[in-house]
Amino acid sequence: MYGFEAMTFNIHGGYLEAIVRGHRSGLLTAADYNNLCQCETLDDIKMHLTATEYGPYLQNEPSPLHTTTIVEKCTLKLVDEYKHMLCQATEPLSTFLEYITYGHMIDNVVLIVTGTLHERDVQELLEKCHPLGMFDSIATLAVAQNMRELYRLVLVDTPLAPYFSECITSEDLDDMNIEIMRNTLYKAYLEDFYQFCQKLGGATAEIMSDLLAFEADRRAVNITINSIGTELTRDDRRKLYSSFGLLYPYGHEELAICEDIDQVRAVMEKYPPYQPIFSKLSYGESQMLDKAFYEEEVKRLCLSFEQQFHYAVFFAYMRLKEQEIRNLMWISECVAQNQKSRVHDSVVFIF
Amino acid sequence: MADHGGGGGGCCPPMDLFRSEPMHLVQIIIPIESAHLTASYLGDIGLIQFKDLNAEKSPFQRTYAGQIKRCGEMARKLRYFKDQMSKAGLTPPVKTEAKCDISLDDLEVKLGDLEAELIEINANSEKLQRGYNELVEYKLVLQKAGEFFKAAHTSAVAQHREAVSEQAPEESLETPLLTDQDSKTDQGKQVKLGFLAGLVPKAKAVAFERILFRATRGNVFLKQAALEEAVVDPSLGEKVEKNVFLVFFSGERAKSKILKICEAFGANRYPFAEDLSKQEQSITEVSGRLSELKTTIDAGLLHRGNLLQTIGEQYEQWNLLVRREKAIYHTLNMLSIDVTKKCLVAEGWSPIYATEEIQDALERAAIDSNSQVGAIFQVLHTKELPPTFFRTNKFTDSFQTIVDAYGVAKYQEANPGVYTVVTFPFLFAVMFGDWGHGICLLLATLFLIFKEKKYSTQKLGDIMEMTFGGRYVILLMSLFSIYTGLIYNEFFSVPFELFSPSAYACRDAACSEATTIGLIKVRDTYPFGVDPAWHGSRSELPFLNSLKMKMSILIGVVQMNLGIIMSFFNALYFRNPVNIWFQFIPQMIFLNGLFGYLSVLIIVKWCTGSKADLYHVMIYMFLSPTDELGENQLFANQKTVQLVLLLLSLIAVPWMLLPKPFILKAQHNRTHQGQSYTPLEGEDESLQVETPHDSHDHEEFEFSEVFVHQLIHTIEFVLGAVSNTASYLRLWALSLAHSELSTVFYEKVLLLAWGYNNIIILIVGIIVFIFATVGVLLVMETLSAFLHALRLHWVEFQNKFYEGDGYKFHPFSFASLGDEDE
Repeated sequence: MYGFEAMTFNIHGGYLEAIVRGHRSGLLTAADYNNLCQCETLDDIKMHLTATEYGPYLQNEPSPLHTTTIVEKCTLKLVDEYKHMLCQATEPLSTFLEYITYGHMIDNVVLIVTGTLHERDVQELLEKCHPLGMFDSIATLAVAQNMRELYRLVLVDTPLAPYFSECITSEDLDDMNIEIMRNTLYKAYLEDFYQFCQKLGGATAEIMSDLLAFEADRRAVNITINSIGTELTRDDRRKLYSSFGLLYPYGHEELAICEDIDQVRAVMEKYPPYQPIFSKLSYGESQMLDKAFYEEEVKRLCLSFEQQFHYAVFFAYMRLKEQEIRNLMWISECVAQNQKSRVHDSVVFIF
Repeated sequence: MADHGGGGGGCCPPMDLFRSEPMHLVQIIIPIESAHLTASYLGDIGLIQFKDLNAEKSPFQRTYAGQIKRCGEMARKLRYFKDQMSKAGLTPPVKTEAKCDISLDDLEVKLGDLEAELIEINANSEKLQRGYNELVEYKLVLQKAGEFFKAAHTSAVAQHREAVSEQAPEESLETPLLTDQDSKTDQGKQVKLGFLAGLVPKAKAVAFERILFRATRGNVFLKQAALEEAVVDPSLGEKVEKNVFLVFFSGERAKSKILKICEAFGANRYPFAEDLSKQEQSITEVSGRLSELKTTIDAGLLHRGNLLQTIGEQYEQWNLLVRREKAIYHTLNMLSIDVTKKCLVAEGWSPIYATEEIQDALERAAIDSNSQVGAIFQVLHTKELPPTFFRTNKFTDSFQTIVDAYGVAKYQEANPGVYTVVTFPFLFAVMFGDWGHGICLLLATLFLIFKEKKYSTQKLGDIMEMTFGGRYVILLMSLFSIYTGLIYNEFFSVPFELFSPSAYACRDAACSEATTIGLIKVRDTYPFGVDPAWHGSRSELPFLNSLKMKMSILIGVVQMNLGIIMSFFNALYFRNPVNIWFQFIPQMIFLNGLFGYLSVLIIVKWCTGSKADLYHVMIYMFLSPTDELGENQLFANQKTVQLVLLLLSLIAVPWMLLPKPFILKAQHNRTHQGQSYTPLEGEDESLQVETPHDSHDHEEFEFSEVFVHQLIHTIEFVLGAVSNTASYLRLWALSLAHSELSTVFYEKVLLLAWGYNNIIILIVGIIVFIFATVGVLLVMETLSAFLHALRLHWVEFQNKFYEGDGYKFHPFSFASLGDEDE
């Protein structure tokens, strides 16, 4: 039905698209960031934020503020908006919206499992979880001793269950296993999400496949860089790459055998869209890579708002908002720790 | 230009509402020590609008950012108190007469103390409450789980007895010999069986059971019972529906797993003794402690209530003070600070009449703050357009709002609001002419006006707010519609012989009521309005249509003429002769040559009772102006008059179109030439250089643009003259619709129901009639007539003269603080 979706999209999706576009225009602008970067104390930040969309969430906070409170309240706003949209959504948009949260769910599972491995308090861990990735029995994760139990006890009830099929082992959980589990889950999740978007068709499929491919490629690069120098074999590494994206399949073959960052760079520079990202970095440097990727992502996310009648705007909005919260966290941390010279290191301007 | 305005307006008597208040830009230099007091006094007067001189600075870089933050913090504390008070069911009294004399710093300390105290009390009572809730839960668990045990015990005893009784009669070979041993081993196992008791939220109960089953591979026995009432969860402090559960398990590993699961599900566990007597004992113990805690909690609550009460008494005062302070600092932040940091420079607009008041306030502030230097007040000259400020009262305010909704008048432009006060309700009434409905409307609005004091202080709903705001508009609307209703002679569509009996009567008994043919005039003409004899007659509609249509055109032409005359006053006031000679005069000629003439014809026809066909006259005035009029002639020399008028109208069109752009161009060239000489003129250099520089910025003269603009304007006027006149026919259309609708409701509902001679049908009929009258005629028709009157004012009347591109005067005033914040 490509090309005709514009006729019927508004029946179910029109209201929510309007809502999400409205939310998007509430995102902080470059002028806001400029002002925020000039703040001297967290109270200044609060004062500035109360003049924005975050106002109602922050205005009743007592004065000695902490970075965590700011981030918490901002996240709360995101969650409220998400929940409102989810309540209003009909199929297949509601499924699409749910897919967006699975990434957080995976992160939360990994967080809790790692936490219990290091014998941290469950309640404390729960507070650190992203509220979008919460599910009912998440606290029970602490009971499990190995992957099989993890799956059988808890995850079988969650939407993550199908993704687990590949990583059920009876091995005891350790850091390495958990990291592999995270990546396997993520790979399965991205592939599933990709399939789902393809099934939706139309502009959604077109834009989402671009966004997800970028996500998959970024993960592939990150996995490669992080696994350099560990005991992960090439084959295992190869298995963690998602089976779509620009790098699939030939880039993956090459990435799998990389031994240092410059080799990764050589592989990536063959792909024109990634050339500018790597050309910004000097050789042997990987710290700024994250920021470069984020910037590229933000650019792509913003572009998705240029088209109408598709679901990718919801994905893009959630991502942009998360980036905004990351920015706010970084700025507030810098302000709180008197490191204002480093403010611009990690802030990714939206727009 | 505007400065000379005062003299030019001398032609008409002073009318506050006709021109907006003369304003000037003033500069006030305030010594820093008296700045706060000065701002406070100026806020009390509320007659000066400060310009933001620090627009490029972000809010927290400004001078008084710290104070604003403090005010924000105090406002937060006050909100916290309000929240606590509303939770405790207290409402702060709404009296604000007593001015509180506490200073901001003291208030800050006081608020801080109070907040700390309140938080501490809350924390304590929360702790107690938590303990209390835990005990309540414990008691419930004891009761419920005790029931399990009792039930289990009795059933076990019964089973045992049954088993015994079954065994006893038939001690055959088949009876297992090892029964006793079995039960013994069972008991031996039971010793190792552990159990836990507690409460789990009902919503999670199923998942809880499932996870338990999975985690222990089915080696548990879970018993649950729902509680009848929701209990307050100790950690959440909210009411939650819960289940009591009892889990039996074996082994330490299972125990640790179950403990973890309980923790994960937020299931509260409680110690539970197996022994029945111990259970009883703990129940009594728990009950005792519960009552103890209850008294403690009550005492705490009382204390808290008292504290909140004292806060509540002063809450409104504090709130007002904090808001005022915040507004003052916001204002001070808009002032630019002098380099020496000794004084603040304020710039702002104020009405000229307020100069003395402001100066007085400045002096008072200087004296009261013991400042050595007074504030300096001076008027600045500027080319900027001042804001528009009308001094309205509660009566004219709503009419001015109607005009402002279209666009705020340009500074000192003729204000249509003056005329709107009368013409708006009048045009409404022309469409809503029925004195019965008018009286209903009048009663409703009188109710609002009598309740004015009460309603103006409280919050009303959206629609109610709107109605209340426009109560004086509605008052006039209803009075006028009673008037037009009397003219139309309609009372809920029924005519009355109010002023004298009808002038017509039947010639003989045979004439039917539905015809006018048999009627003869027996008396003088009916003195006021429409003769009731017309009602129900066959020629009622043609007669009323012709009347209302002609009336609409007359009203329309008069109102449009008024609009054009207003443009004359504007041109006179702003010293713009070009607009008078090349816009006002040809426009008058064009409109009156065609439609003014039509109006004259209508009046002549009414007066002489001629049977001339006015359509014919008007159409053939254009098609063949030289033809003889024949029977359509209304007065002597009509043909000549028509020819002259037609020619004048034709001339008026190019007159409007052509000269003005050329004159403007010539004017521009002249000033442009003059400019090159001005710098040579010596002393006044600074002044002279500034003026041409300014005007040069604004007036980039583009002849084609001006010409096209004039062309559009002319076309719009010429076409508009026709279409606007036609547009006034909506007066007729709506009035017709209104009277027809009310006739339908009266005849088809009320009279029909009456005809059945059945009391029930009559009651139903009356109810339907009332609802239809109120819902359709009084509410919907009022709305539609209102909208049409609005349109006639905004489009047909105001486009003749009204620019409406000014901006409103927003003075810094404490009086308007209240409504903004809420």
